[in-house]
Amino acid sequence: MTSSVLPEAAVPMKRSRVRRAFGDAMVLTERNLIANLRIPESLFFSSVQPIMFVLLFRYVFGGAIATPGMNYVDYLMAGIFVQTVMFGSINTSIGLAEDLQKGLIERFRSLPMARSAVLAGRTTSDLLRNVVVIVIISLVGFAVGFRIHTNALAFLGAVLLMLFFAYVISWGFAYIGLAAPNSEVAQLMAFPILFPLTFASTAFVPSSTMPGWLRAFAEHQPVSLVINSVRALTQGGPTARWVIPALIWCTALLVLFAPLAVWRYRRIT
Amino acid sequence: MSAAIEAEGLVKTFGGDVRALDGVTLSVEEGTVLGLLGPNGAGKTTTVRVLTTTLVPDSGAARVNGFDVVKQANKVRSSIGLAGQYAAVDENLTGRENLRMVGQLLQLSRRDASRIADELLERFDLTTAANRPSKTYSGGMRRRLDIAAALVHRPPVLFLDEPTTGLDPKSRNAVWAVVEELVADGTTVLLTTQYLEEADRLADRIVVVDRGAVIAEGTAAELKADLGETVLDLGFVDPDTAERAAVLFRGSWQGGVVVDGSLLELSVDSGPSQVMLALRELDSAGISANRMALREPSLDDVFLSLTGRRAEITEEEES
Repeated sequence: MTSSVLPEAAVPMKRSRVRRAFGDAMVLTERNLIANLRIPESLFFSSVQPIMFVLLFRYVFGGAIATPGMNYVDYLMAGIFVQTVMFGSINTSIGLAEDLQKGLIERFRSLPMARSAVLAGRTTSDLLRNVVVIVIISLVGFAVGFRIHTNALAFLGAVLLMLFFAYVISWGFAYIGLAAPNSEVAQLMAFPILFPLTFASTAFVPSSTMPGWLRAFAEHQPVSLVINSVRALTQGGPTARWVIPALIWCTALLVLFAPLAVWRYRRIT
Repeated sequence: MSAAIEAEGLVKTFGGDVRALDGVTLSVEEGTVLGLLGPNGAGKTTTVRVLTTTLVPDSGAARVNGFDVVKQANKVRSSIGLAGQYAAVDENLTGRENLRMVGQLLQLSRRDASRIADELLERFDLTTAANRPSKTYSGGMRRRLDIAAALVHRPPVLFLDEPTTGLDPKSRNAVWAVVEELVADGTTVLLTTQYLEEADRLADRIVVVDRGAVIAEGTAAELKADLGETVLDLGFVDPDTAERAAVLFRGSWQGGVVVDGSLLELSVDSGPSQVMLALRELDSAGISANRMALREPSLDDVFLSLTGRRAEITEEEES
């Protein structure tokens, strides 16, 4: 090793702020996706749980749950889809908490890169991960008798809505990941948030059998609205009454969560 | 010569009451190595974080390569490299992917980033491991990759935060050799360390920090000179005896008197006659030493005499 073999310096590209922010986010998205591919166990085991939920509700509980006008499996899958992508968003908080813990964020913050790139890269890679998850869950659903009774375009709309919702939730978890003391705690913090939102919803049972106070919550909270939208888009029936409030919720939550996460990122000490 | 790094009165408080930096002022001439020496929790890492723009100071100012670390943070970031215990490599990525990612985030084109990654892997002897995830690397290899990542854009100023903490002696020597080459090449280096040997070997000047403040500054030789040329170590059966012996000399002794556990350290610059005097003094007081040695003072002695504590006893590092 002699001093003259240090590589010749290259000239940085001159890019506009926007292009730099986009480019940096892509570099980090790629980096996160590589990590996903290097640990296929992670994707495998995060798919196992929803598959077990499908089997549990389809074959164990399903027979005891009345869903007027619809096969239970057709009713169930909308809930499973949304629950799965929402739980998939926990990866955002785990990933960021790990990066923070291992000193990677410290390295990123010492580089002349866009400040937004770490969060944008992480939420984007988790969005792409959720695309894979939706494919897996669709295949499992079709295998146990789930059918789309509308058309391919409506199903695509349902998928896009689920992904948008999961993306919004990712930004919420980005805040949690940056605020949590470590990745284990970040993961634990997700459960008490997601559990009531998932089960006090129309994911697995119609709200009509719930007590009044719970029913009021279950029918108006965003998870139910997204699930009802997906159900309408895959099984038929009026869609606008679900999709419009669902989109309003998603947009409002994004406007809340994204600045919150960015604010937390800026004041990491 | 002008200063590549200048800090003036840096103050940083965590959580309202933990004063991590309490007015740190320092300056590093271009092309030289400054060793920032102090125990864990002294404020070394916090100083580096302010100078590398990852932490904004509560008050005070700092310039790196002439750029203000707060107002011109991105210009600073383009001209520095950071490596060490807190700036990590991604263990899921291979060595090559890590370096390429850093290059791209330094706004290099993918092609330039790839070329430089390959050249650095070669230079740091990581070519055979280039396509393995870095989690499979040994501690020494990981540290080399970390330093390589700090050199992608050939920064004129390099920050090394405890670059050899936790490394075996062979890896430590390899890191030292790299630093020496970079300095020969004109790079300015700010190095934090709790190893006195490391500061002694690499640093042109040393700044000793403790509890967030600079408590001494100078070359290794200057710092040692304050302690005198020669030290007489006298070992006793227990710390109490050492303390009783120290009482005989405090106030009247020509030179430093330091107690470290059951060891009494006396400066004996006047030569053999002063050693004789010390032994006679002990003898007449009826205190007997069970071992004795004469040696040059080390930076460890400097630290001990400045703070009353050993440098390498670790406390909890600040967050």
